[in-house]
Amino acid sequence: MTYHTQVAVIGAGPAGLSAALEIASAGGKVTVFDENDRPGGQLFKQIHKFFGSSHHGAGVRGYHLGEELLQKCLDAGVEIKLNTVVYGLFPDNELGIVCNDQTHTVKADKILIATGASEKPLAFPGWDLPGVMGAGAAQTMVNINRVLPGQKFVMIGSGNVGLVVSYQIMQAGGQVVAIVEALPKVNGYSVHANKVKRYGVPIYTSHTIKEAVGTDQVEKVVIQEIGPGFVPVPGTEKELDADTVCLAVGLTPSVELAKMAGVQITHIPKLGGFVPLHGKDMRTTDENIYVAGDVSGIEEASTAMESGRLAGCSIAEAIGALNADAAEVRRKEINERINQLRSGIHGEARRDNKGIIVRRYEEWLAAK
Amino acid sequence: MRVSKHPILGDYGADKKSVTITVNGQPMEALEGEPIAAALMANGIRAFRKTPILHHPRGIFCAIGRCTDCALTVDGIPNVRTCVTRVREGMKIETQDGLGEWGGIK
Repeated sequence: MTYHTQVAVIGAGPAGLSAALEIASAGGKVTVFDENDRPGGQLFKQIHKFFGSSHHGAGVRGYHLGEELLQKCLDAGVEIKLNTVVYGLFPDNELGIVCNDQTHTVKADKILIATGASEKPLAFPGWDLPGVMGAGAAQTMVNINRVLPGQKFVMIGSGNVGLVVSYQIMQAGGQVVAIVEALPKVNGYSVHANKVKRYGVPIYTSHTIKEAVGTDQVEKVVIQEIGPGFVPVPGTEKELDADTVCLAVGLTPSVELAKMAGVQITHIPKLGGFVPLHGKDMRTTDENIYVAGDVSGIEEASTAMESGRLAGCSIAEAIGALNADAAEVRRKEINERINQLRSGIHGEARRDNKGIIVRRYEEWLAAK
Repeated sequence: MRVSKHPILGDYGADKKSVTITVNGQPMEALEGEPIAAALMANGIRAFRKTPILHHPRGIFCAIGRCTDCALTVDGIPNVRTCVTRVREGMKIETQDGLGEWGGIK
């Protein structure tokens, strides 16, 4: 059976929901599809307080922001289809979906891909042993499922994910034996680093994991110093008594559906790898397909929400729910807030790299 | 180990109904509505399945239904992602060696 909706949003995470709210508030009809049985994407496992301005919920915990956003969407009449996998995007704006073990097609005037990202793995001897997992996996286990996936953890990576999840493992009663960072200095915000340091967690900079040892699961972890050029220094191995290794070595955009839709993809290592080419208005090289959130380049939840609003605003304009002047005013507002989020030593690199995507999109547009 | 107390999230589990599932025929307590993977880990099981060729053990890796490392046979259906499938009373879980079998057909 074929259904029709004005706007189909794929992914009910922070970006997808923010976009849906923007469109529904302007009077558009939106359906959000998500394969999970609960909406919110990864927002509900973020139990730490957010930063930024009051608009970005500074001082508010992630899951409270999620609850608020979800309620606003429901109040605005956004339809959210859970337990629904979007398995394909086909010509003429057609989505293939599976719901209750049955396949259907959905036709939409505009489509927003907000599929998020997945955690990057890291290859080392023993990396496939039970007990080696993504840092986000451990976070889901402790904060959502309320089960500790181990007792003694080694965190690989000292970016914000590594630091925040280390702290949350301790809040759940787990022990963090060490945080291991390949760079010569801690990679995340010092406010997060100080929290774990205060509890005496050692952060080994210029170190990497050599191997995870065990028969049926991780029984110990060997780390090693790395010298110039990231070459391991022989004789510097340290054995750590640990049963779990968490990998916080970055995320990569989930671009499968975008690729299937045939939109152009570009490679931006600093934003996680392959990213759909898109303009300032979040439109891809297919005029009816937009992207927002981590699939458009890895950043963080506050930016994902803003990029969702940006895409939502552009879509609302494209379907005639918002006039050009109102859309322009709204986009200006959102962009000012995005610029705040993309400032400072951590934000500037993201801003520059997002700029590269937009520049490449504009070159493509000019050559068309 | 269950996180029944938490400084931010508060207490957990006391208001949840417990259900009984079987894992390779052994009865096991789980909390109604939790993912199978969480129930197994709460019961101390971390090695979920074995790989098809080398028969190496695998546990959870992503816990959000992306990587399929946690796939097991559930009520006779092989390759079920246990991190995103919730337990029900009487559910039969079998750890899976290789690709699993559909009604005896490999």
